[in-house]
Amino acid sequence: MTPIITAVLVLSALSGILTLLLLVAEFFFANYGECTIDVNKGDKTFKVEGGASLLTSLASQKLFLPSGCGGRGGPLLPTETPYLNDEEQKSDVRLSCQVKVRGDIKIEVPEELLSIKEFETVIESITDYTHDIKGLRFRLPEGETIKFRAGQFANLFSKPYDDVKEETSRAYSISSAPSDNKAIELVVRYVPNGMVTTYVFKHLKQGDKARLIGPFGEFFLRDTSREIVCIAGGSGLAPIRSIILDMIDRGISNRKATFFFGAVSQRDLYYVEEFKVIEKEHPWFRFVPALSKDDSDHPYEKGIITEVVARNYGDMTELEAYLCGSPGMIDACCKVLASKGMPADRIYYDKFS
Amino acid sequence: MDIQNVHPFVIFFAAITTNNILLTNFLGMCSFLAVSKDLKSSLGLGAAVIFVSTFTAPINWLVYHKLLVPYELEYLQYIAFIIVIAAFTQIIEMVVERVSTLLYLTLGIFLPLITVNCAILGCALFLVIRQYTFMQSIAYGLGAGTGWALAIAALAGIRTRMEKKSKVIPELEGAGIALVITGIIAMAFIGFSGIVRIN
Repeated sequence: MTPIITAVLVLSALSGILTLLLLVAEFFFANYGECTIDVNKGDKTFKVEGGASLLTSLASQKLFLPSGCGGRGGPLLPTETPYLNDEEQKSDVRLSCQVKVRGDIKIEVPEELLSIKEFETVIESITDYTHDIKGLRFRLPEGETIKFRAGQFANLFSKPYDDVKEETSRAYSISSAPSDNKAIELVVRYVPNGMVTTYVFKHLKQGDKARLIGPFGEFFLRDTSREIVCIAGGSGLAPIRSIILDMIDRGISNRKATFFFGAVSQRDLYYVEEFKVIEKEHPWFRFVPALSKDDSDHPYEKGIITEVVARNYGDMTELEAYLCGSPGMIDACCKVLASKGMPADRIYYDKFS
Repeated sequence: MDIQNVHPFVIFFAAITTNNILLTNFLGMCSFLAVSKDLKSSLGLGAAVIFVSTFTAPINWLVYHKLLVPYELEYLQYIAFIIVIAAFTQIIEMVVERVSTLLYLTLGIFLPLITVNCAILGCALFLVIRQYTFMQSIAYGLGAGTGWALAIAALAGIRTRMEKKSKVIPELEGAGIALVITGIIAMAFIGFSGIVRIN
């Protein structure tokens, strides 16, 4: 009996001493103290615990960056070089997920990212649009508003359910207009075994609380006077709806806009009535739903969306395109638009992958 | 000659050359093969191994002779040595992260993997088997680490040159050719055996 006790005691003592040593080392080496992050030359300052990455440090201060941001100081790390071009490397652009906060630093954050906020919302309504698409309306907390550009997206968090033990988040395009700033509407298409879509379709009910972070994204209407072509499939309708509603709100009537919405059959169509009404009231807007696998008698265009777009236009050199949908659909559309003379830098898209 | 009377410097020298822990005992092969693609990371990992082995060898000597032997717990040496090595790897990780982020990121997963680097554990076990004194164990730790670093630097140098100029038959690409080269370097190191030998 005694040898076992001695063995346990000796090993425990050894482990104890080493743990103590580790704690001492941690105090000296891994302790970076309190660091100050200065955003946009004194616009905002945060005091954070040093040692974590800039991205997480900023997130803990409720400043959410979509991915990259500017930071300064220290040599460029090998994990960053593949993602930065020469010009960015010369002008001290850094990746916030790689840079660790080790001292007081000054950073520049684009103004629009400062409007990214976290919202504790309440589900106001859930609408079944089609057999696999739902529309959700989230009411923001009393007194709070969201500022976003039509076409941007927000991240929706699911709470733990069934076997999923962790909170998960996925990006969904905002379908409501920016003027409707006390609530956000998202369009969610069911993805089999999708972590968040399963939560939305099986568990989320009206009146439930939901966490959202946003707005994010570079997909929004550019300020030009060109005629626009919007092409979307499935839940890709969401950002286009937001863009069109925004154009109405801002009184933009000098730009022609045509919205091609691709679906398989009639059961995949939604918001048709609303767009028909807009079409009637605003002569600059045209709505063209197209069904790819529905030969029955219906008032819509027939064929896959790329063919329908190609049929409707001759030369597209002076037009601007906004695409939203699956990567396959977007790649196919880009090819058709390019073949009609549209320059690649005037095709804007949001790939749902 | 009795091993206790051998000068620590001789042990240090022998540990690098004739008794090179990698080239004669083939210990620490995993990270040796994986990291030796690039000279810079090899030198970094080599430095980390030197640091860990130099510090853990005398500490493990103390743990063995002052703790395990008096309590007749020699059979616990494997566990005790691994705990010591794990703790020291943690410390070196913190130091490297503080001092050079660049090296920290280059070494990546291999730094914590030193914990299970057989060369380090082998080093601790050899100094027990060969009955080194405390001073000799410091010299041996430093020598074994240096020898390992030398071997990985040599292989990395050859591999980087080969990548640029030589064509390797596909069947031998990567680890295959690295092992062949290691074998040849190991044979070359046998040439040192006329100088010193420790057993």
